Amino acid sequence: MASSKNKLAEVLDKHEQKIATGWLERQASRMRRLSGAEQQEVTRQSREFLKVVKTAAQGDGTGDVSSATWNPVREFLVDFSAARAKGGYSSSETAFFIFSMKQPLFEALRSEIGSDSDTLAAETWRATELLDSLGLLTTEAFQKTREDVISRQQHELLELSTPVVQLWDGILALPLIGTLDSARTQVVMQNLLDAIVKSRSDFAIIDITGVPVVDTLVAQHLLKTVAAARLMGAECMISGIRPQIAQTIIHLGVDLSDVITKATLADAFALTLRRAGFKMVHEQKD
Amino acid sequence: MERIPILKMGQYLLITIQVDMHDRLAIMLQEDLTEQIVKHRSHGVLIDISALEMVDSFIGRMLGSIASMARLLDAETVVVGMQPAVAITLVELGLSMTGVRTALDVEKGMVVLRTALSKARRNGAPGVEV
Repeated sequence: MASSKNKLAEVLDKHEQKIATGWLERQASRMRRLSGAEQQEVTRQSREFLKVVKTAAQGDGTGDVSSATWNPVREFLVDFSAARAKGGYSSSETAFFIFSMKQPLFEALRSEIGSDSDTLAAETWRATELLDSLGLLTTEAFQKTREDVISRQQHELLELSTPVVQLWDGILALPLIGTLDSARTQVVMQNLLDAIVKSRSDFAIIDITGVPVVDTLVAQHLLKTVAAARLMGAECMISGIRPQIAQTIIHLGVDLSDVITKATLADAFALTLRRAGFKMVHEQKD
Repeated sequence: MERIPILKMGQYLLITIQVDMHDRLAIMLQEDLTEQIVKHRSHGVLIDISALEMVDSFIGRMLGSIASMARLLDAETVVVGMQPAVAITLVELGLSMTGVRTALDVEKGMVVLRTALSKARRNGAPGVEV
């Protein structure tokens, strides 16, 4: 009924100050102690939220929060949840921002509608529905922010965990730690090839001591990386093959005959030095 | 009709591919190159693809053919200047370009050719002069 939504808008307008005060009290009752700056921020946010909700309620009779009239409210909540998520608030603390408005709002409705119990019940229900959908929206936005943080961290982890180090002039080492999936292989290949171009290296050693599992897929990824490095003119070898890995690779029937493999990075390094024309002399120190 | 220029560098020939290859161009390149190898008795060919941002199976096959033709004429081929993105694409597509030597740039490519030629000399390949 169009008139009742405007009833809500009417109440929000007439009793705005009282609702705001009651709401802030209720928020404070469940939250931890806030600093002065934090309290100011919460007060500001609460007042702003009341304003946008009032405007939306005045403009829209159906209370459908997904409609365009409620855009400003949704935008506010998305920003609000994101800020709360980053600020270390829990998801229930964030949702409580919305739900704590129920009590003061119901009080205002009761004082406005008075003894008309049917209308009061209908209005209360409508108000509850509205605040519930806004509360859910808040929680969803909060979760999305958390998920964005996690995926950003995953990406950073990917970058950090595939360093390319230079062992000597023209000799690069790629110590791999962790599992090698296709996404990571792309990053590995990109980093390695860029490093080959930058350092003009002739040799690259991929050390897989830190790779826990080598199955056919991982082996394929490794072979791809070796092939790509070869196309760039660098000879690639694989070191750090643990005994169990050697067994697994043969049992799986993976063909590594085209690649030089060494058990240890030290052996691989010594080989590349020889290939690059270096001779090592051990001087006996007395 | 545009033709890909072939430059002579001592006993090597240098080709730089900078335009999109199509059938006609590829065939003309192969014609020109084989003629030049014989004419100058060159023993090494460097193909610079540093300007190519994309190498498809057509170009891959073309490079392989050139390498084979050159070998018949007693010349070794090195493809130089492959961009990292191109290398990754080739590998992902499974175009490994076996039989084609590669090097990072022209400088390293010449080192590769020199090594290959001195090996051929040691093995007593006929008609190879210093």
